[in-house]
Amino acid sequence: MFNKADNHNIELEFKKQRRAETLTAAGSSIGAVILALIIGAVIIRLLGVNPFDAYRALIDGAFGTKNSIAETLLRAVPLAITGIGITAAFRASIFNVGAEGQLYLGATSAVCVGLAFPTLHPAILLPLMAIAGMITGALWGGIAVLLKLKFNANEMINTIMMNYIAIYFVSWLVHGPIQQPGSPLGQTAGLSDNAILPIILKQTRLHIGFIITLLMVLLTGFLIYRTVWGYQIRVTGKNMFASQAAGIKVKWVFLSSMLFSGAMAGLAGFFEAAGIQHRMIENISSGYGYTAIVVALLGQLNPFGVLLAAILFGGLQIGASTMETAVGVPASAVTLIQYLIVILFIGRKAFSLIIQQMKKNRKVAA
Amino acid sequence: MHPPLSSQKVNLQMQGITVRYGSFIANDGVNISVDHGQTLALLGENGAGKTTLMKVLAGIIKPESGRIQINGKEVQILSPIHSQQLGIGMVHQHFMLIPTLSVAKNVCIGLKSAGYPFPNILKVENELIKISEKYNLQIDPKAIVSTLSVGTQQRVEILKALYRGAKILILDEPTSILTPQETHGLFGIIKFLTGQGCSVIFISHKLNEVMEISDRITVLRQGKVTAEISKDETNEKDLAILMVGHEFTKKRTIKPVPPEASELVKIDRITYFDERKLPVLRELDLTVKKGEIHGIAGVDGNGQVELAKVLAGILRPDSGRIFIDGNDVTKLSPGKRITAGLAHIPGDRQRLGLVMDVSLGENFILETSGKEPVSKHGILNFNNIRNTSKQLIKDYDIRCISVDQTAATLSGGNQQKLVLAREFSRMPKFIIAMQPSRGLDVGATEFVHEKLLEQRENGNGILLISTELDEIFELSDRISVIYEGKILATLSREVANRERIGLLMTGKTDV
Repeated sequence: MFNKADNHNIELEFKKQRRAETLTAAGSSIGAVILALIIGAVIIRLLGVNPFDAYRALIDGAFGTKNSIAETLLRAVPLAITGIGITAAFRASIFNVGAEGQLYLGATSAVCVGLAFPTLHPAILLPLMAIAGMITGALWGGIAVLLKLKFNANEMINTIMMNYIAIYFVSWLVHGPIQQPGSPLGQTAGLSDNAILPIILKQTRLHIGFIITLLMVLLTGFLIYRTVWGYQIRVTGKNMFASQAAGIKVKWVFLSSMLFSGAMAGLAGFFEAAGIQHRMIENISSGYGYTAIVVALLGQLNPFGVLLAAILFGGLQIGASTMETAVGVPASAVTLIQYLIVILFIGRKAFSLIIQQMKKNRKVAA
Repeated sequence: MHPPLSSQKVNLQMQGITVRYGSFIANDGVNISVDHGQTLALLGENGAGKTTLMKVLAGIIKPESGRIQINGKEVQILSPIHSQQLGIGMVHQHFMLIPTLSVAKNVCIGLKSAGYPFPNILKVENELIKISEKYNLQIDPKAIVSTLSVGTQQRVEILKALYRGAKILILDEPTSILTPQETHGLFGIIKFLTGQGCSVIFISHKLNEVMEISDRITVLRQGKVTAEISKDETNEKDLAILMVGHEFTKKRTIKPVPPEASELVKIDRITYFDERKLPVLRELDLTVKKGEIHGIAGVDGNGQVELAKVLAGILRPDSGRIFIDGNDVTKLSPGKRITAGLAHIPGDRQRLGLVMDVSLGENFILETSGKEPVSKHGILNFNNIRNTSKQLIKDYDIRCISVDQTAATLSGGNQQKLVLAREFSRMPKFIIAMQPSRGLDVGATEFVHEKLLEQRENGNGILLISTELDEIFELSDRISVIYEGKILATLSREVANRERIGLLMTGKTDV
């Protein structure tokens, strides 16, 4: 054995190395964002606009005023909350691409509860609506895992297809059984004041869902890193064969991670309906369930990273319209930047390969 | 100018082939040689280096050193396509066919000479009929591959290679997926091919097949050629010993198990069918006593992996029962068996034993994460995990820097120590040790053996499944031989010797 002092030094060295690894990992996310912004700048330049002006307008639009900050955070809420759910599923190697459908159904059932008991006290009604949304989202996701366990059906494909079922089913509902009487639009009647989320920042739309999102991020971090459940999710996701041989109930791990994931998507649906639209509408989400996948990956499947990525994407989306009106760069340029981030992030391994190859070549040359 | 006569006879020669994966030597100066019209069997255990050698021939990997001659001409095989152009055809263990396409279309894939960009299927079909007739393959080129039997699909692979001009055909464990009748048919085709002047390299670890089909036999062991002999000069028993090694066995002096020791594990007529509904374990009976190491010898692929997995609860047997301490555990999950006192040291430790990408500490708690004191009310107790892990690392002398480093950063020997530390720290009663020293150096092997003997001293029962006869002889109180999913015989430590075990391993019971 080493003597104590030596041992201590080696451990310190190792900790330093680990910190460096964590930084590199975070760096690859940040690097992808910066690189995408640079490429975006070139494109904006080609459109004949000074990219600095464009980005200044973008940042101004996203974070310039109290209201714009509120709007950015508001946009980050569904992305973050769905993103941490997706994180739990992905950690268990369950590829939940169905958050969009889970969000739609969650929002619908939350609104149904809200419409059914309009006079209940908010302290009772709002939690009831949240629970209804979460259970619905969880069940809808759970079906895909049950199909996987029972028939070995690929959950990625099934969740994608179930998105269409859910979205068209909701579309039928809001044009049919739960349509607002007398309205030609695909929407339900408005929620009563008791069923609407309270505002936490005056003169903005920022509602209490943001605080709950922060709490959920903390809770999910605790669940993933500190609990037996999170541990079993992580090891099963890394090696289900060893986990199964060691007696971990991998089927339950798969199912429960998806239930959690679906519940989070359902909760996001509830926030959108009860916090912003104040009713159920046909197009309640503009692809939050899909963007949240990108947010989860860019956040390195770490709940705190996911929160940061969600705020970044929220800012980009909110700032885009200001950029369009201020300097005339179409808002779709931002969509372009978003997907550049995705491509660069997914391709990050290629960068390290290229760097390795360059180092090798240099060695050969020397 | 004519080359010397001998080299006209020789079709393929590989000399001094060395392949290294990191510090691991997969092929160490390997020589093989095949004549025209000859079948060479390449015999060896899993991991002996057979597949690596064939990947060199197929142009998939480049050797570090060594020379290859084809038809007397020295060649460098640059790529898989180049390998085909040189007349080498490989039939992989798992077929490379597209099931929804016809035979002829499968043959055309990637072949510009069949017409480019649109292959002339009619022409190919006619040519295939001619080849099929010439070599007696009996294949309809129009047939859709998914409608063909496994044996016929294999013939399609052979046809594909022949169409591409193969003169040297490599068959990688071709019989592992065939029924006995299909195997018989394949051997007929091999004889026909060699009769037409083709050379065949037949990779296998089934001794009876090797004796039946080959002209010459090259035995590989741990990356080295241990013998190169003509079939007529050898027999199955000698081959078995060449394949698994023949170093002199030191027998440890261990106290014998008292005959009145009670039975700990009873395996009662276990039968298991694989996904193709072929029997892998056939009414297998076995017992392990308290304080006993029961060694299971046998040539690789006779049901050892499945036996270990059935006992660990990973596979469900189709019939039969398993008892531990008199309790029927046949229907119990792996987790419940672990609680009942079972420990499993898997043969494939990186896949079944460890989670390579998480920390040592997290690997230690793989089986106990839900139990006190590792966790309480579902929350992990990191203080406890750290302290227990540090103690285990010390007790088992696992060479590492920190409990936070991942299992992947450990050497093979230390990974195995990690598994042993975890399994034995739970105070198990019954231990399944599958190839516990595979891939380990002498020191680590010794350590593993000592720990197993320590468990035996503590009165625990151990089932030691190994293809290393040395290991079996050194540790076992009783030795059983597994052959085609059955226990052929059980011998006591005193009466067992290499000759008898070697013969039993080839399926011969009449000794």
